[in-house]
Amino acid sequence: MTETPATAAVSAHVVKKFMYINRRAPHGSNYAQEGLEVALIGAAFAQQVVIAFIDDGVFQLKTNQDPKAIGVKNFTAAFGALADYEIQKIFVEQESLSQRGLTAADLMPLVYEDPDDEGAEKQMIHIVDQRALADIIAQQDVLLNF
Amino acid sequence: MKFAIVVNEGPYTHQASDTAYHFTKAALQSGHQIFRVFFYHDGIHNGTRLSSPPQDERNIVKRWSELARQHNLDLVVCVAAAQRRGLVDAAEQKRAGKDTHNIAPGFRISGLGQLIEAGIQCERLIAFGD
Repeated sequence: MTETPATAAVSAHVVKKFMYINRRAPHGSNYAQEGLEVALIGAAFAQQVVIAFIDDGVFQLKTNQDPKAIGVKNFTAAFGALADYEIQKIFVEQESLSQRGLTAADLMPLVYEDPDDEGAEKQMIHIVDQRALADIIAQQDVLLNF
Repeated sequence: MKFAIVVNEGPYTHQASDTAYHFTKAALQSGHQIFRVFFYHDGIHNGTRLSSPPQDERNIVKRWSELARQHNLDLVVCVAAAQRRGLVDAAEQKRAGKDTHNIAPGFRISGLGQLIEAGIQCERLIAFGD
């Protein structure tokens, strides 16, 4: 390990828009778990972070996952902690949900406390169509796909 | 221009590491700056010195090491991804009580913060591989 502890502080004055795009189902590969690890570590850098779920990635937010039978850890429980890492916006592509027979009711009810609104609980998940998501992606500075 | 390179696939199975190498080399030859090459997911396997391909084939690991030596490149392997998959430097060998280390010359093991920092510092971050 040669990470400099000062890294986060030195970079803090530059604020970029980061988007993590999750495209794969949660447990068939390690991309989803390692993608979430990037989002959690990245929080220390005080950037503007949003997360998007498209294609099979929408399955990552499915409620009541229990992968015990295939011998893997249910890392998706950690999505509930994203708000503690100052991540407030999650975009889910409508078309990806519909194609897989999912609706908003199938997704984890993720909320954050809005400091600009007396700590009121707000929904983190925004379901947007492909066109709207394309516009949001176009506004980002750094895209990382998982 | 200042580039960050991300390699997400291991050597040989996929073209990603080759393409990343050729891009990095071409960028340097054109006078651009490579701030860092970050290896994540199976990409960490590009950093094992124990790779020994047949002599009439390209040696992907050695090629990265030589490019790093020539251009003083910062080749960073993600520590969490490396621990899962068994890429070890001397410090990690000691920490985890392993009987050897296998990191290739020119590579170093560090945290995911190095990836985020590269995204912040560079004008372009380019990822190779799924």
